[in-house]
Amino acid sequence: MDFLTIIQILDSTVRLATPLLLACLAGLYSERAGVFDIGLEGKMLAAAFMSAAVAYVSGSVWLGLLAGVGASLALSVIHGLASITFRGNQLISAVAINFLAAGLTVLIAQSWFQQGGRTPSLIGGARFEPITLPFADSLAGVPFIGPIYSDLISGHSALVYIALAMVPLTWWILYRTRFGLRLRAVGENPAAVDTAGVSVTGLRYAAVAICGVLCGLAGAYLATGLQAGFVKDMTAGRGYIALAALIFAKWRPWYALGATLLFGLLQAVALRYQNIDLGGVVIPVQFMDALPYILTVIILAGFVGKAIPPRAGGEPYVKER
Amino acid sequence: MDKMPRWADVFLIPLISLLLAAGLSALVILAIGENPWAALKMMVSGALGSTYGWGYTLYYTTNFIFTGLAVSVAYHARMFNIGGEGQAMLGGLGVALACLYLPLPHWLIALPVAAAAAAIFGAAWALIPGYLQAKRGSHIVITTIMFNFIAAALLNYILVNLLRPQGSMDPATAKFPEATHLPTLHDLLAPLGIAFSKAAPANVTFLVGLLACFVVWLLLWRTKLGYEIRAFGHSEPAAVYAGINPVRITVIAMLISGGLAGLMAINNVMGEAERLVMNAVEGAGFIGIAVALMGRNHPAGVLIAALLFGFLYQGGAELALWTSIPRELIVVIQALVILFTGALDDMVRMPVERLFTRRKGEA
Repeated sequence: MDFLTIIQILDSTVRLATPLLLACLAGLYSERAGVFDIGLEGKMLAAAFMSAAVAYVSGSVWLGLLAGVGASLALSVIHGLASITFRGNQLISAVAINFLAAGLTVLIAQSWFQQGGRTPSLIGGARFEPITLPFADSLAGVPFIGPIYSDLISGHSALVYIALAMVPLTWWILYRTRFGLRLRAVGENPAAVDTAGVSVTGLRYAAVAICGVLCGLAGAYLATGLQAGFVKDMTAGRGYIALAALIFAKWRPWYALGATLLFGLLQAVALRYQNIDLGGVVIPVQFMDALPYILTVIILAGFVGKAIPPRAGGEPYVKER
Repeated sequence: MDKMPRWADVFLIPLISLLLAAGLSALVILAIGENPWAALKMMVSGALGSTYGWGYTLYYTTNFIFTGLAVSVAYHARMFNIGGEGQAMLGGLGVALACLYLPLPHWLIALPVAAAAAAIFGAAWALIPGYLQAKRGSHIVITTIMFNFIAAALLNYILVNLLRPQGSMDPATAKFPEATHLPTLHDLLAPLGIAFSKAAPANVTFLVGLLACFVVWLLLWRTKLGYEIRAFGHSEPAAVYAGINPVRITVIAMLISGGLAGLMAINNVMGEAERLVMNAVEGAGFIGIAVALMGRNHPAGVLIAALLFGFLYQGGAELALWTSIPRELIVVIQALVILFTGALDDMVRMPVERLFTRRKGEA
């Protein structure tokens, strides 16, 4: 494997890790506030469809992005209503949302575009174009650093850089602001937050809304950045891989970056090589596909550093009367 | 304590939820420019208007009985098993191995052997999540989701690399031997002089499904183990205080649940496809969630809900065939049913409860 191949694989790692990272951070806000969300997949899918549909009709990818975020937020509101206001089962609500998105996207796509549940291919301004960072072209000739800068770091779409910037931002919000402190507290001990006179419901809705926005970005990136248009079930389990990454990262932002890059790398390698020959032992591609899930189960089992979820996660808060 | 009558809890609430889901689905159909009333009529005539339609409806019903029961049993032990999909996939592997490699001279022998293989494989796939939940506190929902994906990858590998016949491009096993083919409802009803469509896939497994409903009812409400499972589900501390071993109950409940999900494979793999193909389960494991919620986790309720979803599935297929409404409409209906009967239960329940308690107050 030569240097250029490694650069290419890492480049594709960054692209594939971006939707995972956005969705993972989305889940992080929600779950840190005590609302479990296994509906990342559905929200991403809805956003992917709406962004592609609106971007195609309007020709503007930014309008598409806005519509995608809107679709994802709408599903977030349903999840919030079910799990915060009506104190329903958060897991069941999210399962319903995943199915709702899987069904509605195809139904609406078929009704709008008559192409078997997909949107027409996006071209020109309806897609996110790669951004060339300053000096990328002039530095491309420099050995070693040149390719790293011009191929790996430069040349991604705006959402990739936004996703990466979200990591320190999330860290700052969670650990350096009053909102973040309250958000984390409401996921651990909502009664204490309530006693302090802060609205548990309000905080949780805020967290669920942030989750919706980030899932919207993730979905929009899938349909308008990574690929050119929406196809049926295009998230293909990415929402669940993001969930796995969230557990792998033990609900912390910087670790989330690491986990999603690792899972992105696994996807990139699986995409490039069908089978990997490691000195006589052949690793089948299916094993690479399953590896994120296997690693998550091992982490969950607590054999390699225990993953402890927020204590109040999954439980609706009942104000004492 | 003021409570609403039992019939309201058992029938009225699910009925209202169902009507809400149906009403919203009708709006969806209207929104995509079709007539909901015509769609409903087409679904009824397509699913229930002929023995062919019934044959498909009952075939889907059988799948959903098993996955619905699987979710119910786990639910009684307060566990949410979303792994029915993966467990049913593995059940299919068990059926395929039994049918292909064991000498089974007649279907009467093949059925129990394959059923045992399906249940064992399905249970085995639920064992690890169950054990991890019981011993290490790993959340069963997350582990069973992960195990669905691992099962898909595993099956993909086995079908492509190991079980695929030489020279075949299709990632599927060879056809099962003739002797293991299960009789369809046509074969079973013909000696009784009842004409039933020959082309429909409903088979003897439907009767196994009915039997499974009865056995699960016996298990949960008439045995010590069932009592322990339900006691554990109601209150873990109380169950532990009563000397019930939580690890044992968690693992056993998951084994039964996985075994039931695995059993589905005798219907779709052995009864219908007669070989193991990729994605044989087709989401039936997830529909089990809707079926269990709708059926209030009681075997009789599961049976009725499975029939309803069997009807929706066959009716939806007819719609997709004759109109421009895609099959995904059923997925939307399924989502709405899960949403209203599962997550928004309180939204439906609270006004009804208030209605009943107020009336009692006036009397």
